[in-house]
Amino acid sequence: MSGEVSLTNRPRLAQQARLVWDPVRQRHVLLAPEGVLLLNDTGAAIVGLCDGSRTIAEIIEELRRRYNRVVAEEVQHFIARLVAKRWMEIGNA
Amino acid sequence: MLRPFGMLAELTYACPLHCPYCSNPLNLADYSDELTTAEWQRVFAEARDLGVLQLHLSGGEPLVRRDLVELVACAHELGMYTNLITSGIGLTPRRAEQLRAAGLDHVQISIQADEPALSDLIAGTPSFERKITAARLVKALGWPLTLNVVLHRYNIDRIDRILELAESLEADRIELANTQYYGWAWRNRAALLPSKTQLDRAESIVRAVRQRLEGRMEIIYVIPDYYSQYPKPCMGGWGRRQLTVIPNGDVLPCPAAHILPLPRASVREHSLSWIWAESPLFQRFRGTEWMPEPCRSCERRTVDFGGCRCQAFLLTGDAARTDPVCHLSPDHWIVAEAVHRANEGKPTAPGNLIPRTFRMRRGAA
Repeated sequence: MSGEVSLTNRPRLAQQARLVWDPVRQRHVLLAPEGVLLLNDTGAAIVGLCDGSRTIAEIIEELRRRYNRVVAEEVQHFIARLVAKRWMEIGNA
Repeated sequence: MLRPFGMLAELTYACPLHCPYCSNPLNLADYSDELTTAEWQRVFAEARDLGVLQLHLSGGEPLVRRDLVELVACAHELGMYTNLITSGIGLTPRRAEQLRAAGLDHVQISIQADEPALSDLIAGTPSFERKITAARLVKALGWPLTLNVVLHRYNIDRIDRILELAESLEADRIELANTQYYGWAWRNRAALLPSKTQLDRAESIVRAVRQRLEGRMEIIYVIPDYYSQYPKPCMGGWGRRQLTVIPNGDVLPCPAAHILPLPRASVREHSLSWIWAESPLFQRFRGTEWMPEPCRSCERRTVDFGGCRCQAFLLTGDAARTDPVCHLSPDHWIVAEAVHRANEGKPTAPGNLIPRTFRMRRGAA
């Protein structure tokens, strides 16, 4: 799988993907061509922070202010998966 | 309760093309009493309440519906991700801009081959150039573009050139789907089914191009189930993740299920939530209780859900049997025989395919 990301990347949601709140399931959901990804609170927080201005390091820092036990590799892996699906894009530092 | 994620809305069966593998019913004229704009809008609202997040607008050719922009706007306002599945015919710049403004998210355009002669022969009408123009328009308006290609004996050897075309059009995704044998494709199965040699070559090309274009274009390759060991998990399981509403308002667990001898369920008579949760049609093959052996005791019963009910019905006459594609099915010899025939003897010329025929009528809208 490609979609390697580094801590200095500044991810943002790709134009083809959309983060929405689903009132039926009471969950955040990521929507893209032929794809639906149900997010938990942390996943939704990560996607919400990926605005193209923050680096992944800064996103992890912000998550640590909000949640206990934030594992940096897990955040990086989650973003890498979305980059590989082309639901997320990365710019450089 | 299980909630559906996706709904296929087959808005009309009218279509300017005559593809010999069309999955629409053979008795197309029986479905011309189409839902009105208001009826579709009610169905979309009920679908969203039921949990539908992805709405696929298809047909026939959905652009034949003059109310398509209104329907897209309605689905968009309800918060659904909207996909237009089109031949590209009728996607004028003006219509495209209206659909963009209405909130359409994604466009999928079918192509039949990489060049006009074969593409137009398969489509049964000159259409290739207009499809390419439509694909460029989709990209120019900033939409994600998917190309849909149905693969069969007559175009699968051109898969490398089809992928080159997709690359030159800067498609974001391409779905290379081997023909599934329902509807018109079932009638033309003997002519359409490719040989093992053709498939092996195609698969090795797909692997190589997928690697080369990784991160640029997503390549979805749907294997022909006649050649696989296990059946496809049709629709992710009966009444489990998806539903289809066809032009006359009948609701189906899968777009081919109109052939099954089961009680109908229509949005003209019942709410979508009742149909999904309670109707005998959606209950019939939901879960694993209905399964015969060898499915019932098989550890894959929740992986492939016994395969495809329509395929079981078409091949054996009984929709409740194991999909004969499965090598464990007692009816597997039926599939093996069709595959055997596809690998020997002389194939017929594409001109001998039976084209889908349908006198176009005006939509209800």
